[in-house]
Amino acid sequence: MTVSLVALYVFVLACIIGYYVIWGVTPSLHTPLVALTNAISGIVIVGALLVAGAEQAGTATELIGFVAVLLASINVFGGFLVTHRMLSMFKKKPKA
Amino acid sequence: MTLSANAQALAYLASAVLFILALKGLTHPASARRGNLYGMLGMAIAVAATLLGGEVRSYGFIIAGVAAGAVIGTVVALRIQMTAMPQLVAALHSFVGLAAVLVAIGTFINTPDPGAVMMAELSAGIVIGAITFTGSVIAFGKLQGLISGKPVKFTGQHALNAALGVATLGLAVHFAMTGSVLSLSLMTLIALVLGVTLIIPIGGADMPVIISMLNSYSGWAAAATGFTLHNNLLIIVGALVGFSGAILSYIMCKAMNRSIINVVFGGFGSGDEGGDSAGAQAAQQGVKSASVEDAIYWMEDAGKVIIVPGYGMAVAQAQHALKELMELLETRGVEVKFAIHPVAGRMPGHMNVLLAEADIPYDHVYEMDEINPEFQTADVALVVGANDVVNPAARQDKSSPIYGMPILDAGKARQVYFLKRSMRPGYSGVDNLLFYQENTSLVFGDAKATIEGMVNALKGGGH
Repeated sequence: MTVSLVALYVFVLACIIGYYVIWGVTPSLHTPLVALTNAISGIVIVGALLVAGAEQAGTATELIGFVAVLLASINVFGGFLVTHRMLSMFKKKPKA
Repeated sequence: MTLSANAQALAYLASAVLFILALKGLTHPASARRGNLYGMLGMAIAVAATLLGGEVRSYGFIIAGVAAGAVIGTVVALRIQMTAMPQLVAALHSFVGLAAVLVAIGTFINTPDPGAVMMAELSAGIVIGAITFTGSVIAFGKLQGLISGKPVKFTGQHALNAALGVATLGLAVHFAMTGSVLSLSLMTLIALVLGVTLIIPIGGADMPVIISMLNSYSGWAAAATGFTLHNNLLIIVGALVGFSGAILSYIMCKAMNRSIINVVFGGFGSGDEGGDSAGAQAAQQGVKSASVEDAIYWMEDAGKVIIVPGYGMAVAQAQHALKELMELLETRGVEVKFAIHPVAGRMPGHMNVLLAEADIPYDHVYEMDEINPEFQTADVALVVGANDVVNPAARQDKSSPIYGMPILDAGKARQVYFLKRSMRPGYSGVDNLLFYQENTSLVFGDAKATIEGMVNALKGGGH
């Protein structure tokens, strides 16, 4: 199986997992869901690290990589922290 | 130490599992915070595995980028007001889109002999990323009020978008076949423009759908990057995020009873429907206005009060005052519940977060389908800054743009009190038939001031 075909397998199966997991999220947590998915889409940082840190990277790509790393890092740190902040607010009625 | 390719792949697998568990945690508020921690752990493992994998040779720019990003992200996350969440989310989406574009371009420059398949994958990443980037920037502008929230429309708009779409596709094919940098540049530019032209015609009230849609796109952009880099973790995350946004968009559209095509291409809220609708006729009868005292008189001895918050509550920052009101009513033995319509606010679940911020327990907050049967046994429905979501025109008036949209049955309560600043129609421009019902009164004024007035009246012993 070629690499691309494996990738396709992974993609299709991930889509199916995504479908079922997301439908399970309770509507009251939809805003944290958007914030959390934002944070994990910061995973593009992996690509940015590869671009910025590659051996054959010239200054142009290093700069491009730097900006990409910066943007993805904001997503990661900001996204997880704001999600944490929001989730801490959801409380049940304290037992009297 | 350098990780072997297999060890790195296993680390990525662990990250993927942790991300799935993170999303799974959001099925209930009790498990959600732990889920978020799983997500953080997954991200840490992924980054560590990448840095230790041997492909990364120089660390200077990386350390600088991560450090700067960490500072900016942390400061913003800790200081942002919950009412500004839609804007923050739009901004973060734009960052992912732009990062995806930059990664694709950087990868192209770094790769000596890409091949047609890789260049096709690069094109997908660049196009989706570019549209996500500029589209989210426009969404941010509209939400923040930098750009008018009104839909910007001009003739030939759809034709223009179609033409831009075809051009992008053509250039992508050309680039994949020839590797022409000119095609690449043009394609990127046109995709950036397309992001603007697609989002600019959308009105402020439709933002929940747009935010969900852009959320989805940012996922597909990440997935495309994953295909390019042969990184399965990126593909998995991209699919999860892509589906999350898509499902939210679907839920939002169902909640407005409009198709996604109608929302994205149809435009809405321009207020150019014919004027002689039921609303116009009812308007002849006039509205009843009430004072804070009148409202309190009905609420203080009620059996059940249902509060319907909307975007107006967010704007007025009235959620904390609502909490005080709820507590005072509860000490008098009144049952208080909150009713949330799926598209209330400017993003999915926005109202829930604002109420949570005000320390209102989540077991007092109900979704539309759960709470609708209860309105007919409610003594008072208090509508705070919500409008279309309680408008019976959605059921009765076939000429109304919101016809067919599921609504909250606030009109079925014994008494309805609307908190409004003025008689102006609001974003959709549609007149609300509920104003003219027999049992409805409007309390004019800033929502926060009005509710604080109610709180004071109750504290003063009511009647």
